[in-house]
Amino acid sequence: MPKEKMTGACAVVRALELEGVEWIFGMPGGTILPIYDAIYTSSLKDKHILIRHEQVGGHAAEGYAHATGKVGVCMGTSGPGSTNLVTPIADAHMDSVPLVVITANVAAPLIGTDAFQEADITGITMPITKHNYLVTEAEEIPRIMKEAFHLARTGRPGPVHVDIPKDILNKTLDFEYPETVSVPGYMPPLREAPRIPDAAMLIRSSTRPCIYLGGGVRTGNAFAEVFEFCELVGAPVVTTLHGKGTFPETHPQCLRMFGMHGSRYANYTVQNSDLIVALGARFDDRVTGRLSTFAPEAKIIHLEVDPAEISKLVTATVPLVGDLKELLPQLTAEVRAIFSARGQPDLAPWWQRVSDWREKHPLRIRQEGEAQILPQTAIERIWQKCGGRAIVTTGVGAHQMWAAQFWVVSQPRRFITSGGLGTMGFCLPAAIGAQLACPDALVIGIDGDGSFQMTLQDLATASEHKLPIKIFILNNLFLGMVRQWQELFYEERFSETPLADLPDLVKLAEAYSCLGLRARTLPELDPVIEKALAYREGPCVVDIRVKAEEKVYPMVPAGAPLHDMIGGD
Amino acid sequence: MVEKTEQLPNGNLHTLSLLVENKPAVLQRIAGHFSRRGYNIESLAVGPTERPQYSRMTVVVRLTQRPVQLVVRQLEKLIPVIEVRELAAQDKIERELVLIKIRTPEKNHAELRAIADTYEAQIVDVSPDALMIEASGPAAKLDALEDRLALFGITELCRSGAIALERGFKTLAPPHMK
Repeated sequence: MPKEKMTGACAVVRALELEGVEWIFGMPGGTILPIYDAIYTSSLKDKHILIRHEQVGGHAAEGYAHATGKVGVCMGTSGPGSTNLVTPIADAHMDSVPLVVITANVAAPLIGTDAFQEADITGITMPITKHNYLVTEAEEIPRIMKEAFHLARTGRPGPVHVDIPKDILNKTLDFEYPETVSVPGYMPPLREAPRIPDAAMLIRSSTRPCIYLGGGVRTGNAFAEVFEFCELVGAPVVTTLHGKGTFPETHPQCLRMFGMHGSRYANYTVQNSDLIVALGARFDDRVTGRLSTFAPEAKIIHLEVDPAEISKLVTATVPLVGDLKELLPQLTAEVRAIFSARGQPDLAPWWQRVSDWREKHPLRIRQEGEAQILPQTAIERIWQKCGGRAIVTTGVGAHQMWAAQFWVVSQPRRFITSGGLGTMGFCLPAAIGAQLACPDALVIGIDGDGSFQMTLQDLATASEHKLPIKIFILNNLFLGMVRQWQELFYEERFSETPLADLPDLVKLAEAYSCLGLRARTLPELDPVIEKALAYREGPCVVDIRVKAEEKVYPMVPAGAPLHDMIGGD
Repeated sequence: MVEKTEQLPNGNLHTLSLLVENKPAVLQRIAGHFSRRGYNIESLAVGPTERPQYSRMTVVVRLTQRPVQLVVRQLEKLIPVIEVRELAAQDKIERELVLIKIRTPEKNHAELRAIADTYEAQIVDVSPDALMIEASGPAAKLDALEDRLALFGITELCRSGAIALERGFKTLAPPHMK
């Protein structure tokens, strides 16, 4: 490619074009004006979505990235524009979401002078990014943009932040986009080769195996490889919140989510197993319960792209470091060979125990004889009315856990949520990003009244672009999950968890030119869901009044052993 | 059985040698990483290497809960970090520099010179009522010197933190230079 003279701002825009960016979420401001001026006359003009708060831009980029597997892009100006992006950056870092975040900063000579709208944003984002850059020369922009996209999408994906002082955006450079990247410290060679035969031997000799799927299956795009492996091994499959949908939850082997709000049968299976094959997972405290009592008899095979996750919390008997998509088929082949040479282990007695637990302790909805709508009922009815064929996004809280329990996902990239950071307000922005990514898909948000109010101003964005997202708010007039902890562990002292019946969500929806609906009683529920699903002209907000006292069960109290659950029996 | 991480009361000291890219904010990135993960830095020394694009850091870290291999892997995950190695006691040459100022009447200077000689230390500044001693060597030797001089009243002291290299031919280097 011949070199071309252009400004730093134009170089940023050109790099975004060359990376094939489909949507950019952002908001202009004083220091980032040069980039917005360059966008105005570029092909990106129609690809930029003006959000009403930078946090929403970040989460929308996450929703886009989750739904597509591609890198999400968001932008903000210096100072508050950049600090508003801190939450989505931290969220993407915890959940390994590939993002490129671009911010402008005050002109280089002003840095360090406490200038207007100055913030040491690279200092702030350093521990919550996969990597970040403060650009010091305009000539570096093409290389850094290329590196940023490469780092964001490869290995264990994550957010990469590029901060560019305004004067550098205005400087002229000779633009040449590099074809390759050279980052000598990135993904150092392994110290030892993966011991695949050892792992296969463990699988062959196990009589109570269990396969644990995490979000790494999604970020590693290894759905087919995981499916083949799971069917070959024939073991029960449990998933994390982010593992949902990486293996069909409708498959007879799938015990669905385990952990703090997992089913009893999934947790019992993990706790009683003699071998756990963890694929793309990190043994988060919300899935292991008390570490010292986690799966006490289990050996651990841990296949993971990030070497720093190996034996961080649970010691791996056989660590397998590498890309799931490349490494897992090798393990599958080795297991197949050992099975054909020595026969397949007899898992029938193990499955008998697992099936007994599943029959004895199913996830139940106790709606019968209950006058008020139960939140679980609402989720189940929405699922039934659309046959589960939707991309679901959630906020964070009780509604999120009910959605995880009762929204059955049979396809990957169809359940988009904030796991590691647990960011309330995630639902609406993620729905915006997912709907833009998949314009023909049915995008449903399952949100809580507390969570929704954290980012609701961006109904304006959804409405402006006539995105037919449907946000179902399970409204219990409480910060429900915190209320549950207060009821169980703080002797019902409901300190600051009741939420006033504000705003009127139907009127609010109408103020933003959205369809607003409400269901207060069970007979109103089905018609309202049907009306919402049929509405295609723009966003729809549904206020579903649910029983405030309903809790998420079963529950493993924080720090308790995984098999030590409250409720749900 | 799942092995549990060993819990040590005061923790063990480990010397880590890091080869890092010589770029802005690398020190902040690495120092910040230690605090974010809850590891205590005992000392940290950084300086240029035989190749201008790289710096070498020697970090002595006290670990109570996590295995040192995990710390190494977490550091190697940082993009500007090329390679990290723990230097075992028998495989390393470790040195530290100390400057010690002692406020003491001239009549004691002869005795202090004798002590300095024993520790292969030098008197680098002398005034009528004070002198400064420079010494280098392994940390234990400097600790012993400090104890010996404490009797005379140390008024100011500055230690560089350890620097270390591995014995023999092995080096830390970027993959393309190995």
